[in-house]
Amino acid sequence: MIKWWKILGALLILYTIVWGLQNSVPRLDILNETIRNVYYHVPIWFAMLFQMGVSVWFAIKQLSKNDLKSDILSDQAAQVGLFFSIPGLLTGCMWAKFTWGTWWTFEDPKLNGVAIAVLIYLAYFILRSSIIDELKRARISAVYNIFAFVMMNVFIMILPRLTDSLHPGNGGNAKFAQYDMDSSLRTVFYPAVIGWVLISLWILDIKHRMALLKHKQNED
Amino acid sequence: MLAFFISSAQTMNAEPAMADTFRSEGKIFVVIAVLSIIFICIISYLVYLDIKLKKLEKK
Repeated sequence: MIKWWKILGALLILYTIVWGLQNSVPRLDILNETIRNVYYHVPIWFAMLFQMGVSVWFAIKQLSKNDLKSDILSDQAAQVGLFFSIPGLLTGCMWAKFTWGTWWTFEDPKLNGVAIAVLIYLAYFILRSSIIDELKRARISAVYNIFAFVMMNVFIMILPRLTDSLHPGNGGNAKFAQYDMDSSLRTVFYPAVIGWVLISLWILDIKHRMALLKHKQNED
Repeated sequence: MLAFFISSAQTMNAEPAMADTFRSEGKIFVVIAVLSIIFICIISYLVYLDIKLKKLEKK
């Protein structure tokens, strides 16, 4: 009854909880055991970026085919993505407090970028709610969505790499080796990323079907 | 003299503090069980929502 990829996502995350808390991790100063946050904090952000990717994909589809169903999906995906930024921000604050010594620092370009990206997407929902005509709303918000996605990537992926960042893997080129991940971290990190992306898709699936039902109800 | 060498060798090899004993005998499995239960509950709720939605769609 439940689709296989949903079960797979749940099992992968369960695996990261059970194995992620007891496997051996690199011994690093300051970080200590908090290195394990890599299994939980980072995949949440990957899920957020993935949802924004889904959102912009269907925004482009809406512009090329001009159908309202793509617009609904695009809207829902942006909502799920924005939702995932909440635990992402909260866990990031927590981790920062106990390693960098502060809940939030404006010195770090990644934190600033994320804050701006969240505001850009909040504006997306305000824009949507301010247009009453369905087709007009679909078109204008799709154009804004593409702008928002590009800006988010500039602020989160590009700018932090141009300057120094407290985040590993930034301030330099984007090679994944710079994450200083050894094989024991990878065996939990990659399943965690796939797991959280699948769970975010599951939530999107439920939200999307709900929105379609509501859309159908309004038409009748 | 010997004691001095031993103690200085120990400080040189000082490793970052890790929760080694915490994991080996510190009942970390209880925490793992608690987290797993919470996660399974949330997933069960998603399954419940999914099934309920399917029923609504069939109407």
